Amino acid sequence: MSDERPTPIRVLIAKPGLDGHDRGAKVLARGLRDEGFEVIYTGLRQTPEMIADAAEQEDVDVVGMSILSGAHMALLPRVVELVRGRGMDDVLIAAGGIIPDADVGTLKEAGIAEIFGPGTSIGQIARYFREHARRRS
Amino acid sequence: MTDLAALVEAARTGERRPLARLLTAIEAADPGLRRLLPRLFAAGHGAHVVGITGPPGSGKSTLVNALIGEWRRRGRRVGVLAIDPSSPYTGGAIMGDRVRMMEHAADRDVFMRSMASRGELGGLAATTWTAAAALDAGGFDPILIETVGAGQSEVEIARLAETTVVVEVPEMGDEVQAIKAGLLEVADVIAVNKADRPGAQQAARQLRAMMSTAGGRVRRQPPKIIMTTAVSGEGIPALVDEIEAHRREGQSPEQAHERARHQIRRALADVVGRRAAASAAWDATVDAVARREMDPLTAADRLLDS
Repeated sequence: MSDERPTPIRVLIAKPGLDGHDRGAKVLARGLRDEGFEVIYTGLRQTPEMIADAAEQEDVDVVGMSILSGAHMALLPRVVELVRGRGMDDVLIAAGGIIPDADVGTLKEAGIAEIFGPGTSIGQIARYFREHARRRS
Repeated sequence: MTDLAALVEAARTGERRPLARLLTAIEAADPGLRRLLPRLFAAGHGAHVVGITGPPGSGKSTLVNALIGEWRRRGRRVGVLAIDPSSPYTGGAIMGDRVRMMEHAADRDVFMRSMASRGELGGLAATTWTAAAALDAGGFDPILIETVGAGQSEVEIARLAETTVVVEVPEMGDEVQAIKAGLLEVADVIAVNKADRPGAQQAARQLRAMMSTAGGRVRRQPPKIIMTTAVSGEGIPALVDEIEAHRREGQSPEQAHERARHQIRRALADVVGRRAAASAAWDATVDAVARREMDPLTAADRLLDS
């Protein structure tokens, strides 16, 4: 109805795999909240299945994953596959963390829309999500 | 464009994707939903709606996680609505209830949704009620509504439930703090969580003493107090038994009627308020009050008459 603000963009922030460092993910979650996003934070050590299932139930517009463990080549494409397999064709999937430049091309081909490395500001990420997340009618 | 009617039909199968999308439409108060509401509410199976509320840090999410596990063991399909406040400044929200519940994320017979309150205009009571109706139509029973027990509106949301569980912890402070919080009055069942901590027995004793002398509201008997340690699962079967007993033993017809009236009052006030805010006279009236040309009560009269 005539709420003045548009419906907030819903973002799932997840930590796939076994690394135990979620400072970055938490800072991002808070930062995005301050930018007006509705952020669902899932916590540490998520399997790709858990992430896809959460994304499905929460009907999010964006899935953002933070990964520092080096297992990104195995885990991130698997999340894309599972999310798409659940019929969420238009959900934006992005990642951040420690990901070597050499892997970026392959990950993008696998369906990771963007990869945010160290030093990226929250403002940049927020802007990217606003520009690229699906908008609902 | 989403075909909402098809979504409502598909959500009745309990499938996740259509149900999730229907909840999105409900949260956004999609105008197209209005004519479908009779069908949605009629599709319900009469699920037991259970409110879980308590102060921040009392372990509500962990407790809900344990309750999901116990009800799953009893063969039930469990729906969860976890409600968190939106920032009044940015409209953003951070919802972390899933952190404690991810073990059930992949279970097809558990549906969990995080909802932000989206401010007063969003009509939280009406939205929550409708969202619970959608989960009910999808065959989930019980439906747990988790809210932070801080702030009147959050407590009120828990009261939309048929059974309200208030979660307390041993460190709640002295009994006056517990009374001031105003939570105990709405409790049908009290869970003293983190019962493995020192002072838990004493806290339960204090609560018991308090509840036995509390008067006022129409009630057959004081709420049962159950000791739980959500992390280990201690006391969880007893808590589920007590929640189910509350429904089974039923309320007196007067209590049931009063509760229904309360729920409807809340939801209608939300809806009516939202419609008033959408009326043509709204902005001008707000301006007039801001300029002190009109007092707020006269403004309300004007809006209702217009």
